[in-house]
Amino acid sequence: MSETKVEELVIISGKGGTGKTSITASFAVLAGFPVIADCDVDAADMHLILTPAVRERHEFWCGNEAVIRRADCIRCGKCLDLCRFGAIIPGGEGESYSVDPVACEGCGVCVRFCPAQAIDFPESLSGEWMVSETRCGPMVHARLGIAAENSGKLVSTVRREAKRLAEENGHRLVLVDGPPGIGCPVIASMTGASKALVVTEPTVSGEHDLERVLKLARHFDIPAAVCVNKWDLNPEMTGRIETLAIRSGARIAGRIRYDRAVTSAQIKKKAVVEIDAPSAEDIRRVWESLDLP
Amino acid sequence: MIISVASGKGGTGKTTVSVNLARTIGAGVQLLDCDVEEPNAHLFLKGREIGSDIVTIPIPTVDESLCDGCGECGRLCRYHAIVSFGSAPLVFPDLCHGCGGCALVCPRGAIRETGKRIGVVETRDADGITLIQGRLDIGVAMAPPLIRAVKSRLNREKTAILDAPPGTSCPVIATVRGSDFVVLVTEPTPFGLHDLGLAIEMIREIAVPFGVVVNRMGAGDDRVHRFCRDEGVPILLEIPDDRRIAEAYSRGELMVDALPDYTDHFATLMWNIRDFRNSGGK
Repeated sequence: MSETKVEELVIISGKGGTGKTSITASFAVLAGFPVIADCDVDAADMHLILTPAVRERHEFWCGNEAVIRRADCIRCGKCLDLCRFGAIIPGGEGESYSVDPVACEGCGVCVRFCPAQAIDFPESLSGEWMVSETRCGPMVHARLGIAAENSGKLVSTVRREAKRLAEENGHRLVLVDGPPGIGCPVIASMTGASKALVVTEPTVSGEHDLERVLKLARHFDIPAAVCVNKWDLNPEMTGRIETLAIRSGARIAGRIRYDRAVTSAQIKKKAVVEIDAPSAEDIRRVWESLDLP
Repeated sequence: MIISVASGKGGTGKTTVSVNLARTIGAGVQLLDCDVEEPNAHLFLKGREIGSDIVTIPIPTVDESLCDGCGECGRLCRYHAIVSFGSAPLVFPDLCHGCGGCALVCPRGAIRETGKRIGVVETRDADGITLIQGRLDIGVAMAPPLIRAVKSRLNREKTAILDAPPGTSCPVIATVRGSDFVVLVTEPTPFGLHDLGLAIEMIREIAVPFGVVVNRMGAGDDRVHRFCRDEGVPILLEIPDDRRIAEAYSRGELMVDALPDYTDHFATLMWNIRDFRNSGGK
């Protein structure tokens, strides 16, 4: 028996709030039972539309955090000198030093060099990830702990599990809803994906951010397609963006009109293509142009 | 006073609020664009560049003639950025956080640190507003060191507005830490509400007073307002869902320039921030 290859489409945007999640949710409905991976782990919203029933819940332990034992601290200040992340809080007169857990990057330098060996280094709980059932297919999603590190590693975990699920159960497509930006969690969302769809908007920011995110896609050698959401807000800018996209080596996947029904769908916990929305037709066309299983 | 403008959800209007607030305060104010992955403030406050500095993080370089392959560096490194297999170690610069531990721990002094470029900090002047922005190089994963470099240029004697990246993770925390006040921008939609909740949890963790700006008022429902009322969170400003605002934004125009009837909104916002902070915040 030949193994079916699982395709992985990642939806990214550079700029936030361009409509990634609304479009991905619609794709989840249009695709034939895909696996959905919500990789925007620090502001995950897909579950608000796909209302998943959680089947498995896993703690995400990742990294360590320095903790100074008050009783053993000799207040020498070595940790303060060595910490490059500004995470050591010097105590006042007669008080021990302490670590700001929000600033600590878990490098362990203070732990290793404390002359009194007064610093513990417990593992930290950085969040949780879940496997759920939705009306469109299984979904892997996560929640990064409050002010926790390691969002990139949590994204990698979500993607790995989504892919495993797809392979084990014969799904041919994983839809990855990516985070905004171009940094660590975006890189973790897109490396090795089969295709990227960049959702942008016809604004100066959308144009600027698209250019950077397309460079990132090229850097990692991911074929990219671009779709301009709310295109009719500024038709001239839409044209400019599409020219830019083609010059940057991307394909045009289509335009989606400005549509207030997108918010109405969100309020009803529906994907745009599940309600009678004018832009649903545009989203269907974009989906078809991507030529995915 | 240092005011950070943040949001859980992207695209709610952080940059809109930051640039219009900066213009309303006027000459002398500093605007720090800490969304170093996608800096946009300069598209609205054009001005001229007055300086640009390359930012680096220290990464290890191994002198193989001194290394005896003891592997201490690899055992210390928590990020797998330096790995030793009984010979001179391999360095993976993209994974390095620049903690300096490997150079400190090496018993033979075989590791020294050299700078690896991660981006630039540019300073611009726009009619007396000092815009300081970070721009992360493409392919670089870690934004926080660049955000810290942007913030190190802040003049504490003057008012500063910090435009944060979206989300609630490390780059946002690196931005808002040390602020006197955080403005959380949201929209009255289910996504806006959900991500506002996450952002509030994060801000409470770092204990900075905050208030909310509701953008696109009228576009969704009233759940954000009900939530703020129940949580005792002040709403500092409401910006209506006005297609003219979206169109002006699309062209890179400031709201207070393109639609002067909104100038009062941002004066009121500043007044509310001062008032709320002076009354002790929460």
